Amino acid sequence: MINACLTFRDLTLGYNSHPAIHHLDGTIRKGSLTAVVGANGSGKSTLMKGIVGVLKPMAGAVIRAPGVRAAYLPQQSELDRSFPARVVDLVSLGLWPRRGLLGRYTKEDRDSVSQALMAVGLGGFEKRPIDTLSGGQLQRTLFARVLLQDADLILLDEPFNAVDSKTVGDLIALIKRWHGEERTVMVVVHDLDLVRQNFPETLLLARQPIAWGETRETLKPENLLRARRFHEAWEENAPWCEPDSHDHDHPHAHDHDHHHGAGPRAA
Amino acid sequence: MDMLYGLFIAPFADFAFMQRALIGSLMLSLGACPVGVFLMLRRMSLSGDAMAHAILPGAAAGFLLYGLEILPMTIGGLIAGIIVALGAGAVSRFTIQREDASMAAFYLISLAIGVLMVSIRGSSVDLMHVLFGTVLALNNEALALIGGIVAVTLVSLAIFWRALVAECLDPLFLRSVSRLGSPVHFIFLGLVVLNLVGGFQALGTLLSVGLMMLPAAAARFWTARVEPMCVLAVVIGFASCIAGLLLSYHASLPSGPAIILSAGVVYFASILFGTRGILRARIIHHRHRTA
Repeated sequence: MINACLTFRDLTLGYNSHPAIHHLDGTIRKGSLTAVVGANGSGKSTLMKGIVGVLKPMAGAVIRAPGVRAAYLPQQSELDRSFPARVVDLVSLGLWPRRGLLGRYTKEDRDSVSQALMAVGLGGFEKRPIDTLSGGQLQRTLFARVLLQDADLILLDEPFNAVDSKTVGDLIALIKRWHGEERTVMVVVHDLDLVRQNFPETLLLARQPIAWGETRETLKPENLLRARRFHEAWEENAPWCEPDSHDHDHPHAHDHDHHHGAGPRAA
Repeated sequence: MDMLYGLFIAPFADFAFMQRALIGSLMLSLGACPVGVFLMLRRMSLSGDAMAHAILPGAAAGFLLYGLEILPMTIGGLIAGIIVALGAGAVSRFTIQREDASMAAFYLISLAIGVLMVSIRGSSVDLMHVLFGTVLALNNEALALIGGIVAVTLVSLAIFWRALVAECLDPLFLRSVSRLGSPVHFIFLGLVVLNLVGGFQALGTLLSVGLMMLPAAAARFWTARVEPMCVLAVVIGFASCIAGLLLSYHASLPSGPAIILSAGVVYFASILFGTRGILRARIIHHRHRTA
């Protein structure tokens, strides 16, 4: 608890007063490597947005340990690929935390950009216009930018989409390197085998956490079954969630059957 | 030699009003063309046009109160433009409506108010003057104003360059590392208004946006990087101003449209012959390399 990088306190995130993350409590340890898994619409990306601060909480809070800088690789980037920029221009944006608005890029900065590109297997791509990159190459470029950001907390939202298996291996190696450097890493992943092999901890979401902890424990068949029964759709006339009706003694995995049918009875 | 001198130099050397027109329009290009490049890259090319219309009621208010004086009309235009830019920008940032729709709504309302105000007092000749300007009647006051606007524009662009590029290229990323996203957007809209107002006296509301957008659109066909694109847009702007003024002098044509049409010629030439234009893409690229 003392070494918390992130603390979720009764966090509810969502859209149009419908929760996508419902009353989440818990902590992400400093230096931990956590996979975030769950069905479509289970709140994984929403949680990421909430942590970065792009989405404001409807209730509760995400508390970042002081001095923690986050780097975020979104699932649906708002990147404008038709913008006239080269790979090096895009990756150099990752220097922002270091150089800000006005700081000059030094020779070391330029070297570190090249090194970051090398690390994702794109050495020599510096001068390529970004509109000539393939989907996987672009993803690796964005990884290079995260690398350059040199952040303590790294949030990757489905980073392995459209990436070939060799590259997935390279990117996993990179993630493990970050883990080795005591950075806190959270990754949204769909491939459970990948999670079992590479991630020590897992958060299984279905709007609220179904299970959270050591990966082998979390991904037990009964937990997966419960997560699969999660009811994706909103109910327009779902009753309002009253603050008093919550049982705060059981912060993880409390059922809300009566609210939106997530839970065994709903199936 | 004498003929060349007579064609290209004499009009500017002999007439003070031509010199003023040249200085004014060149300064205008220096500020407006880079702003136009960013407008284009943000897919807001038509917003420039909308903003130009939005300036009208402010200018008309200045005209109604003080007659055909540059300062009140400019300040009025500035206020109206900023209200519309901020209003439309705020609606698109804080509601689900996109900027194109909110901008259209705001500028239509603004334009209607402007036409109404001009029609209350004044004839259609005045309206023509407000809409089309006269680059050949720039006085010292107007030149100083344009100079100030250009200075503010260039300094702001230099300071906020990195944020502006980031906001165009990857706005979500900028939001994740900095709070500058929204301020930069509004500063940029402010620069658009400022440059349109600057061009307003010289070229009129309708044509000032032409000097902003056409060189930028033409420059897009020649380069795949922002910095050279801005420089090239300024160069094209310069060339269009010089060509347009000479054309208007020798053929006794109105100066504003002559400048814009010159830029239009460069635009069409760029579509055809640019390194990223039609001919290159269609003909030369039939050959390909092995890797």
